[in-house]
Amino acid sequence: MQAKKRYLALLSAAASLVLLFCLGGVQVPATSSSRGGGGGGGPGRRRHPAAERPWPRFSDPLPSFAPPESHSDAAAEEEAEERGAHSSPRLKRDVNSSVYRARRCRMESCFDFSACERNGFKVYVYPQQKGDKISESYANILSAIEGSRFYTSDPGQACLLVLGLDTLDRDQLSPQYVHNLKGKVQGQPLWNGGRNHLIFNLYSGTWPDYTEDLGFDIGLAMLAKASVGAENFRPGFDVSIPLFSKEHPRAGGERGSLRSNTIPPFRKYVLVFKGKRYLTGIGSDTRNALYHVHNAEDVVLLTTCKHGKDWQKHKDARCDRDNAEYDKYDYREMLHNSTFCLVPRGRRLGSFRFLEALQAACVPVMLSNGWELPFSEVINWNTAAVIGDERLLLQIPSTVRSIHQDKILALRQQTQFLWEAYFSSVEKIVLTTLEIIQDRVFQHTSRSSLMWNSHPGGLFAMPQYSVYLGDFPFYYAQLGVKPYPKFTAVIHAVTPLVSQSQPILKLLTAVAKSHHCAQIIILWNCDKPLPAKHRWPATSVPVIVIEGENKVSSHCCETGGFFLESPVPRSVDFAFTVWQSFPERIVGYPARSHFWDSNKERWGYTSKWTNDYSMVLTGAAIYHRYYHYLYTNYLPASLKNMVDQLANCEDILMNFLVSAVTKLPPIKVTQKKQYKETMMGQSSRASRWADPDHFAQRQTCMNKFASWFGTMPLVHSQMRLDPVLFKDQVSILRKKYRDIERL
Amino acid sequence: MCASVKYGSRGPALIPRMKTKHRVYYIALFSVVLLGLIATGAFQFWPHSIESAAEWSVDRRSVHDAPLVRLPANSPIPERGDLSCRMHTCFNVYSCGYNPKNRIKVYIYPLQRYVDELGTPISSTGLSREYNELLSAISDSDFYTDDVSRACLLVPSIDVLNQNSLRVRETAQALAMLPRWDRGTNHLLFNMLPGGPPDYNTALDVPRDKALLAGGGFSTWTYRQGYDVSIPVYSPLSAEVDLPERPPGPRRYFILSSQTALHREYRGELERLKEENGEAVLLLDKCSNLSQGAVSSRKRCYKSQVFDYPQILQESSFCVVLRGARLGQAILSDVLQAGCVPVILADSYILPFSEVLDWKRASVVIPEDKLPEIYTILKGIPHRQVEEMQRQARWFWDAYFRSMKAIGLTTLQIINDRIYPYAARSYEQWNNPPVVQWSSVNSPLFLPLIPPRSPGFTAVVLTYDRVESLFRVITEISKVPSLAKLLVVWNNQNKSPPEGESRSSSKFKCPECTAIDGLSLDQTHMVERSECINKFASVFGTMPLKVVEHRADPVLYKDDFPEKLKSFPNIGSL
Repeated sequence: MQAKKRYLALLSAAASLVLLFCLGGVQVPATSSSRGGGGGGGPGRRRHPAAERPWPRFSDPLPSFAPPESHSDAAAEEEAEERGAHSSPRLKRDVNSSVYRARRCRMESCFDFSACERNGFKVYVYPQQKGDKISESYANILSAIEGSRFYTSDPGQACLLVLGLDTLDRDQLSPQYVHNLKGKVQGQPLWNGGRNHLIFNLYSGTWPDYTEDLGFDIGLAMLAKASVGAENFRPGFDVSIPLFSKEHPRAGGERGSLRSNTIPPFRKYVLVFKGKRYLTGIGSDTRNALYHVHNAEDVVLLTTCKHGKDWQKHKDARCDRDNAEYDKYDYREMLHNSTFCLVPRGRRLGSFRFLEALQAACVPVMLSNGWELPFSEVINWNTAAVIGDERLLLQIPSTVRSIHQDKILALRQQTQFLWEAYFSSVEKIVLTTLEIIQDRVFQHTSRSSLMWNSHPGGLFAMPQYSVYLGDFPFYYAQLGVKPYPKFTAVIHAVTPLVSQSQPILKLLTAVAKSHHCAQIIILWNCDKPLPAKHRWPATSVPVIVIEGENKVSSHCCETGGFFLESPVPRSVDFAFTVWQSFPERIVGYPARSHFWDSNKERWGYTSKWTNDYSMVLTGAAIYHRYYHYLYTNYLPASLKNMVDQLANCEDILMNFLVSAVTKLPPIKVTQKKQYKETMMGQSSRASRWADPDHFAQRQTCMNKFASWFGTMPLVHSQMRLDPVLFKDQVSILRKKYRDIERL
Repeated sequence: MCASVKYGSRGPALIPRMKTKHRVYYIALFSVVLLGLIATGAFQFWPHSIESAAEWSVDRRSVHDAPLVRLPANSPIPERGDLSCRMHTCFNVYSCGYNPKNRIKVYIYPLQRYVDELGTPISSTGLSREYNELLSAISDSDFYTDDVSRACLLVPSIDVLNQNSLRVRETAQALAMLPRWDRGTNHLLFNMLPGGPPDYNTALDVPRDKALLAGGGFSTWTYRQGYDVSIPVYSPLSAEVDLPERPPGPRRYFILSSQTALHREYRGELERLKEENGEAVLLLDKCSNLSQGAVSSRKRCYKSQVFDYPQILQESSFCVVLRGARLGQAILSDVLQAGCVPVILADSYILPFSEVLDWKRASVVIPEDKLPEIYTILKGIPHRQVEEMQRQARWFWDAYFRSMKAIGLTTLQIINDRIYPYAARSYEQWNNPPVVQWSSVNSPLFLPLIPPRSPGFTAVVLTYDRVESLFRVITEISKVPSLAKLLVVWNNQNKSPPEGESRSSSKFKCPECTAIDGLSLDQTHMVERSECINKFASVFGTMPLKVVEHRADPVLYKDDFPEKLKSFPNIGSL
C-alpha cells in the first residue's frame, strides 16, 4: 500500500513535470526546440527566432506564377486566334467607344480626336442667343476663352466647343438657374450628342441632398466642375475646377499675400476656421464636431448657427455659446495670422474658403472626404495642402503640430505659387482647364508633373516647344544641369539704321570674337543690298543672313541665348557669364523704368537715369531663346499686331512677358558709359529716338500691355552686376574684363 | 510532441527496475497521463487557431505541410469588387491609427492549402515563387506586424497573381473564409495577370468585396483611382539575366519591337514601318527553327538572324510595348531594365505606379491608332531627352521593377502615403534618380519673392575679445537705416563682455578705434583655410562652391552722375 502510494505520488509528480515541460515548451518555443532540435529538425539551417522571421523560407521549389510557355500572352493569343474569338484591336477600340459612354466616358471612348489633329487645339464658343441671360462669371469664362490663343470663330475648325448657355449654376433654387436647358441644348445644331463639348459648372443639385446632377443630359460632353466627388468624377475626362465667386477678377488677379518668408514659419494661430454650421442635412457632421478641437488659443474653430431664415427652429444647446464666440474673432485677421486653415466641406464638397486660404498663404487643411481637388489631374496637392480625413477630425491638431517647420515653409510657398499660377483669375482657371485637355489630346507632347508643379507653372511652360526640360530656362537647378554654354547672336539690320554697312560689320567682328558665340544670324531688313562678299569679315563662327524677315524662327538655334542688334558692346562675354547664373531672366545693358503717374492715372515710361529700373532694352540683351517662342506663341495676336504696326514697343512687351513669367526684374550689367552718345552718333538711329511720338507710343503700349496682363508684371531693381574688380583700385592687368572700364 | 520526447527519455530508465506485476499498472497510468497530455496539447492548439498556425509556419519549411482547409460547396462568396470604392468609403482608417512614425502595419495570413469538397485544390500552382518572395519581403520590412489586432492592412497568403491558375469561385470562397475578412475591408490582393479568355478583363475576376487590388494591367474603367494600385507585371528575366547598365546615348537601332504575340494587324503596321525606314527599325519574332536545348524565351529572330533576348533590347533607343490580350506586359520590365525607352501603345492602360511615377520622363505614350506614325513622332524628340529617358527608364527598373520585393514594398509605400498624406514621399524622392538627387538644387526658399524693406535685418557680430574693433563695427553698422536688431556673440569664455553698454548699440562711440589687424595677411591663416576647403570638399564628395565673375552694385555705381542723386552715394569710397 505504502509503495503504491509512493509510486502514485512519484507518478503524479512526474506527470505534472512533463505537463509543465509541455506547456512551457509551447510557450517558449525557441528554447524547447533548440534543445530538442538536433534530433527532430532536418539538416537545414538554424531557424530564426519567431519574432524576426514570421514568414517561413520554404525549401521546396515553387512554381513561377507565369510559366513562360504554357500561359504567356503568346499562348493566350494563339488560342484565341484559333477560336476566332480574338477581335482585331481596331474593332476592340470601336467596341469600347460604344460601351463606355455617359458615366463611364473617357477620352478614348467619348472624344473625337480627328478634328484636333487636323486643325490643332482650337476652341469654339457658341454665339449667345438674344433671349439668354448669362451670369457675370460665365461671361468672364467665355471672354477668357475668346481672348486666348485657342479661340476660333469657325466651328468647323474647332476641337472643343463651349456652350453659350450659362451652365454654371444648376441649383434649382438659385435665381441664376436657367430653365429648360435640356431643350435648349438639344436644339443646338452642333451639339452632336455632346461630343467634344466642354461644360462649365460651379453649383449643382439643391437642398437637401445636393446631388451632382446637372438637371440635363450632358451626353458625351466633358465637365469642368467645382466640388466634384471622386465617385462621379470621370478620371482623365472631367476636370475639377475650384469654386470661385462672382467677384473673382477676369484677368490678372491679386497676387498671393505672402511678402516675405519668416523663419521659423509659425504664426499666431496654428489652425483656424470660421464658418456656418449646418444643424441638419448633408455635410453637417464635420462642422458640428469642430468644437471638440477648438481650444480658443492657437486652435480657433468657430461656427455659427445663423443661416437661413428659420435657424432658430433647429437650434441646439450649443448655438448661443457658439454664436457668441464666433463674433469675437475677425475672419480676415485669423486668415492672415494662422499657419493652417481648416477647409471642411460645406453643403457641397468644395468651398470658397479653399481659394481664400491659398491666397492668404495659410496652408489649407482639407476635411472634405471624396472631393476631387481642383486640377487634381496635374497638381500634386500634397505639396501645398494637408489632406485630412473627416473621420479623423480629432487627430487633426496633433497631425498639423507634427509637421516640421521646413515642410511648413515649403507648403506655404507652394500655396502662393499655385495661387498665382492657376487660380488668381478666371482666365487662369479657364486656361488651365484648356491646357489640361490639350495635354490629353496631344499626349506625346504634354507637360510632365514637374512642369505643372514648379515655378513658373504649366501655363508658361509650353511642351510644344520641347519635351526636354533642359531646353527651358526654368529647370536647370532641379535637374542638376547647366544652360548650354553657347549663344546665337541675332543682328537686326533695319532700314534707317544702315546708311553704310560699316557699323554692322564692325559689330559682327566684335561678337564673333566671343568664346561663347555659336553662330550669328543677320536679319537684313534694309532697302540697300547686302554688302559685297569680299567686304564681309572672316569669322570663325557661321554667319547666316536672312533677308527681308522680321522674326527669327524660334526653332532655329541649338543655343542658349540671343544677343540682338545694337551698339558694339565690349563685354558680350561678361554679360553671357552673368546670364548663365540667371538663365531665366533678361540680361542686358541700357535700362528703363516704369512708374505710376497718379495725375494721369496711368503707367508712365521713363528713360531717365534713375536709381532703379524695371526693363532692359532687348536691343542689346541676352535672353533664353524659349522667350522668343513664348512671345510668338503665348501672346495674343492683338498685342503682336499692335507692336508690328507701330514698329515699336517690342522690347517692352518682351520685358512684360519675362517679368510675368519670372516675377523678377531683369538684370542690368555694366555698360560703356557713353551709350547715349553712341546712339546719337548714329545719325539715322537718332531720328527715331529723338522722335517725341516714339516716346508717347511707348507710354501707350505700356498701358495696353498692363491691361492685357491684368496687372503690372514689371518689377523694379536697384542692382547692377559688374565684373568683380570693376573700378577697383587694382592694376588693370589683374582684371579680366578690361574693356568695360576703357572708354 | 515535445512531451513524448521528454517522457521517453525518462521512461526507459525507470521501467527495467520495476516488478512485472506493477508494470501493467504503470503502463496503464502512463498511458492515461499521455492521453491527458495529448488532450491538453489539443486544447492548447484548438481555440487559438491563428497563433498556432503561425507557430506551425515557423517549424516547417515545406509548402505541403501547410494546414489543409476544406471549403464547403455552399460557403459564402464575396460580392464583386465595388467600383465606387475609395479610401474614405471602403477603407477602415481607424485601424491604422495615428502613430508618430506615420507607418502602416501589415499583417500576413499564415499559409493554408485550400481544397474544395472533393479535395481538388483551388489553384493549380498553389503558392508561387514570386508571391512567396513578395510575402517574405513584406515580412522582413518594417511594415510587418505579427499582431493581427494592430494591423492596418491584411495580406492573404492566397496567391492570386495569375488568374489563369485559379478557380475563381473557390478562391473567392477561400477569401471569405479568412478569419478577419470582414467584407474585404483593409485587405490587399496582389494580381499581375488578370482576366481570362476570350475577352480578358482588366482586373481580377475573383469577387473580393471591398478589398484593395494591386493589379497589373488595369484599364481606366476598372481602376479605382486613389484606391487600387497599378503594379507592373513582374518579368522573371529580371532575376535570371544580369544586364549591366549601359550609359545613355545613341544606339544601333532606333525602334525595336521584340514582342512575340502581336496581333496580325499590329504586326502588319510594324512591317510597313520597317519597309519605310529600313535599318533603323528592327522587328523581331520568336524563332521557328531553334536547335534543341536553347531556351526559346531567350532568343528572338528576324528572318534567319538570331538575337539574344533581352540583351538585344540594349541595342535600341526605343522599344515598342504594344498591348496584347492583356494591357499589362511583362516586357515593359525587360525594356526598362535594358535602359531602352518604352513606347507604350495600350489605350486606357493605367501605367504601373502612375500615382507616384512621372512616366513622361521615362516613356513615350502613343495612342494605338497612331502606330503608323511612331517613327515621325519619336524622331521629333530631342536626343538629350532620349538620353534622359533612357537613364530614367533604367532607374525606374532599379527602384521599382527589379524584384517582387521592390514591387511589393512600393505598393505598400503608396498606400502608406495615402493614409498619411502629410508625410508622403515627395515627387522628387519618387522620381529623381540618385544622380539627379545629388546634383540638383532645391532651394528651401523657392518662391521668387522680393521681400520688402520694412522688417529690416538682424546683424550678428561674432567676437572673441577685441573690444575696440567690436565697438567700431557696432558703430558703423548701427548707422544703417534698415538695421532692426544687432546681436553680439561673445565667444570668449574666460572673459565677460563689457558691462551694460552692449544693450544699446546706438550709444557707442569709439574715437580711439584703430584699424582692424590684417588677419588675411597672415600666411598660416591662408594655409589653414585652404586645408579647410579641401577637407570640406572631400566630405561633400564634390566641390559645392560655384565661381561667378559678377558683383552686385547699385545701378549708378561709379557712374558719372551727381552723387547726391544716387540712392547709395559714395558707396565705393569706404
